[in-house]
Amino acid sequence: MKHFSAARLAREALRGQSGWTEHWRSPDRPAHAYDAVIVGGGGHGLATAYYLAKQHGIRRVAVLEKGWLGGGNTGRNTTIIRSNYLMEESAALYNHAVKLWEGLSRELNYNVMFSPRGVMMLAHTVHDVQVGKRHVYANQLAGVDNDWLSPDQAQEYCPPLSLDAGMRYPVLGAALQRRGGTARHDAVAWGYARAASALGVDIVQNCEVTGIRRDAGGAVCGVDTTRGAVATRRVGVVAAGHTSVVMAQAGVRMPLESYPLQALVSEPVKPCFPCVVMSNTIHAYISQSDKGELVIGAGTDAYTSYSQQGGLHIATHTLDAICELFPQFRRMRMLRNWGGIVDVTPDRSPIIGKTPVPGLYVNCGWGTGGFKATPGSGHVFAHTMAHDAPHPINAPFALDRFRTGQLIDEAAAAAVAH
Amino acid sequence: MLLIPCPICGARPEAEFTYAGEAHIARPVDPAALDDHAWGEFLYARTNPKGDHAERWRHTHGCGRFFNALRNTHTDRFTASYLAGATRPHGTPTTESLDAPAMRSETEQWGQA
Ligand SMILES: Cc1cc2nc3c(=O)[nH]c(=O)nc-3n(C[C@H](O)[C@H](O)[C@H](O)COP(=O)(O)OP(=O)(O)OC[C@H]3O[C@@H](n4cnc5c(N)ncnc54)[C@H](O)[C@@H]3O)c2cc1C
Ligand SMILES: [Zn+2]
Repeated sequence: MKHFSAARLAREALRGQSGWTEHWRSPDRPAHAYDAVIVGGGGHGLATAYYLAKQHGIRRVAVLEKGWLGGGNTGRNTTIIRSNYLMEESAALYNHAVKLWEGLSRELNYNVMFSPRGVMMLAHTVHDVQVGKRHVYANQLAGVDNDWLSPDQAQEYCPPLSLDAGMRYPVLGAALQRRGGTARHDAVAWGYARAASALGVDIVQNCEVTGIRRDAGGAVCGVDTTRGAVATRRVGVVAAGHTSVVMAQAGVRMPLESYPLQALVSEPVKPCFPCVVMSNTIHAYISQSDKGELVIGAGTDAYTSYSQQGGLHIATHTLDAICELFPQFRRMRMLRNWGGIVDVTPDRSPIIGKTPVPGLYVNCGWGTGGFKATPGSGHVFAHTMAHDAPHPINAPFALDRFRTGQLIDEAAAAAVAH
Repeated sequence: MLLIPCPICGARPEAEFTYAGEAHIARPVDPAALDDHAWGEFLYARTNPKGDHAERWRHTHGCGRFFNALRNTHTDRFTASYLAGATRPHGTPTTESLDAPAMRSETEQWGQA
């Protein structure tokens, strides 16, 4: 792998950009055996492979992806990064990720365009204000950056915000996490792929895992794929919306339901929106990409589906809210609208850990809000797969919590989890 | 927006309905007799199939009744609806046997932000 640097950019500029090569090796089919196989080439799977190779010396690793890298939720999300979750366990997990984001471009030698421009969460009702303040104080006690803003302070931070008292949901205050922001989703997948590939990880696209093989003792001994069988003693399933389908191949029923979640982008315009704004109450969130598009996230559909398209009424509802909060956007045109399939757990917290099947690990349940956790998730999941035991940060997120009842109830705490 | 076949009122727009999750999950008659694993499975484990899904709907802004329906979660096409308490219809159709409508493929839905 050739190192990216200013000097290299200059050299390539002088010789007609002829020296660039592919960012990662792309074998046509997997080898016959690996020390570990990752099912799913989204950000979380690629990060897991990278940390397995980098931190645990496990380099005979394959990432098997049924489509193309980052073509799942990684490439479909609105890229909001924040760590101001209410529960201690979640704050620790997401804060771990935010710390890794801060040094990620350097670590990977790849510009993931992490932009800590601040994430503001609006309060529209007395209840919102009480919950928001409780959140802020809990975060401050847990060492997570989060501040309470008056409506005027919120508008000062985000000038397009309307404070019109006549709105159906007037702005009564906001919580602001200054260390939060956005990153470039594709670059995250590509950066991890490039760095993992350089350490020896095989990344195979258009390769769907169709079966999980188990030996006489019940332990994992390989996977079947559309590009041949692979022997391995360690399989990490990181398949987001398709996790239930993949885990069923090993006979494991999951506490998951898959829902379509939509996003839209507008036509690109000059920089006009300085931060990320979210509103849980009226379910809208918005930021502006570096290309200039407004990136707008909507809600999930009411029913489970794998169709990767949501109902138009869901997106319309969100646009109504955006137009009321930011009247200047009323005449903007939307360019594209799409859906991703998000895997939702009963307590709205992820599942990262071992399964009842020896050698089978699962990292899923990130639902509507796992992009922000990508580096931290890969980091602790690699630890779990390497040691056959969780890292202290992901220990509370075990699948077993749905038996013991030790749920991490962000459903009530976060209301929506972006 | 889905067009949902209420077995009593006929096909009506999704906005009239409330989704109520996977069907045919009966509450155990004697919960105290279950071990933690079985109770956890009842509460939380779901089939979540990519394909035919038996699910509960309530026609909230219509007849008000709960009923069950079979919907293919890949195409979102309904193939049956039946009254609550009735058993799931036999000969459950597969994805291939459906006269698939002009659904857009997954790749065409691709977008990035
Ligand atoms: C519209 C939308 C907006 C969102 N907004 C945000 C946000 O603002 N902030 C945030 O933090 N999160 C957000 N999320 C959630 C976030 O996108 C996900 O939690 C995260 O990207 C999940 O990453 P992943 O790597 O686990 O999954 P994915 O990127 O989905 O990767 C899983 C991969 O597994 C592959 N796969 C599945 N089955 C198989 C198989 N049998 N064999 C091989 N490969 C298989 C899939 O093709 C896929 O590429 C959003 C999601 C959506 C859909
Ligand atoms: Zn009815």
